[in-house]
Amino acid sequence: MTGVAGVVLQVLLVAVGSPLLVGVMRQVRARLEGRAGAGLWQPWRDLRKLMRKQAITPAGTGWVFRAAPMVLAGTALVVAAVVPLVTTESPLDGVADLFAVTALLALGSVALALAGLDTGTAFGGMGASREVTVLALVEPTILVSVFALSIPAGSTNLGELVAAAEANWLSLLSPVTLLAAVALAIVSIAESGRIPVDNPATHLELTMIHEAMILEYAGPDLALIEWASAMRLTLLLGLLAGLFAPWGIATAGAGALGLLVAAIVVVVKVTVLGVALAAGEVFMAKLRLFRIPELLAGSFLMALLAVAASYFLV
Amino acid sequence: MPDLTYTELLYLACGAFLLTGVMVLWRRDLRAVIRLFALQGLALAAVIGVLAAHQGDLELALVGIGVGALRAGLLPYLMARALAAGGEDRETRPLVNVSASLVVAAALAMLAYAISRPLTELAPSPATRAVPVALTVLLVGFFVLVTRRRALSQVVGFLLMDNAITATAFLTTSGVPLVVELGVSLDVLLAILVLYVLTNRIRASFGGTDLDELRELHD
Repeated sequence: MTGVAGVVLQVLLVAVGSPLLVGVMRQVRARLEGRAGAGLWQPWRDLRKLMRKQAITPAGTGWVFRAAPMVLAGTALVVAAVVPLVTTESPLDGVADLFAVTALLALGSVALALAGLDTGTAFGGMGASREVTVLALVEPTILVSVFALSIPAGSTNLGELVAAAEANWLSLLSPVTLLAAVALAIVSIAESGRIPVDNPATHLELTMIHEAMILEYAGPDLALIEWASAMRLTLLLGLLAGLFAPWGIATAGAGALGLLVAAIVVVVKVTVLGVALAAGEVFMAKLRLFRIPELLAGSFLMALLAVAASYFLV
Repeated sequence: MPDLTYTELLYLACGAFLLTGVMVLWRRDLRAVIRLFALQGLALAAVIGVLAAHQGDLELALVGIGVGALRAGLLPYLMARALAAGGEDRETRPLVNVSASLVVAAALAMLAYAISRPLTELAPSPATRAVPVALTVLLVGFFVLVTRRRALSQVVGFLLMDNAITATAFLTTSGVPLVVELGVSLDVLLAILVLYVLTNRIRASFGGTDLDELRELHD
């Protein structure tokens, strides 16, 4: 019963809290740059404004364009129900595989890339091509580092990974976990389109990746995409926090109080990660597009070393 | 020291040793490369310190402090001075580009694991199981030595190999005598001093330390 309650709680937390996380990150960035900032609720205000507008699609686009926002938001919500943010006892535990989560997130990216191609504009195609390039470099790293994490725990099931790490926190200090953590952190930044891989605030044709694909969207569709992007960022940060700092997540047999504590802890952890990411972005410039493979090759190397280390350092 | 903590700490230090060694391939900025080398010296000192604490060996602890002072203090200081004297502080175009060399490093790690398995099987213990880490750094150091153009990068490659050889010695034996380690360390220091002088002479004579441009004889 606590499992179902926990899942409902974490889906609600992600759905309501992710635009707030984006607001916090923008506010931190603004303050560090000496601006006043728009306030924490600005992303929600933007979404409300967009939702009230009329839904229009460009002439010549088909069902792929119209379905993409729904697919993106839908996959993000399913992942929110599966990932152990608040509880490890999800009723969907049987399919809560890290491979499945990766595949769901990739499905959303691919839907958006296809929508970018469907518009037939130069920017859409360019953005889609870049997104798929990054995705193709990100996927092997995720799979290999998941493999490294799953060797000590003996399972790729997310709930079991988190529960095992929570039971034996000394194992978090092993080189395997640290290397996999660095690899997954780099890949998460790439996947959520933050600096140094992509700049979420730019609309400059030479540099944009994510924004180029959604340039043709307007109104409620754009609101859906912005909301889903915020949820994906929140989920990736929550997943990192859950895998490498699993304290406080409710395991089997935790009561209502345990769930409440877990919810507060996950909010704190994700906010701390988000603030750290936003503060780091102030001091960093976006990488040139042709330097991105270097960064991702480095993260792939770390993931591979994590697998190698999990074999010889046992 | 309890066995579990000993193993965890030893592997953590070995992980830091490996990570700093591989990161040298990633960075182009020679200042960052020197900083990474200093961090690797600290990791090496930590490996020796953990081994010394486990064996309760005071001499080994002293060797660890000496190794740390030399490789995390004196050698990076000398290299930073050599860098400050010359203007070029970036590895602009290595013979193998950075992405490819990172993939090569992954292959080298696999190779090191394959060739060190017989060694590990001779006497399986937490320390000997970490030998592949040292061999990976050895191969990566050799790779840096072969593919980088700047004289200072090549010196770092040479020193990475030396760090790795020292680490292998300490991981496979139950302690290197103080005299032997002192001799090796003094040799390395002398080699670096000679290379330091040589780098300065190269720059004074030719105006750059790109060794690939030194193919032809000059009057």
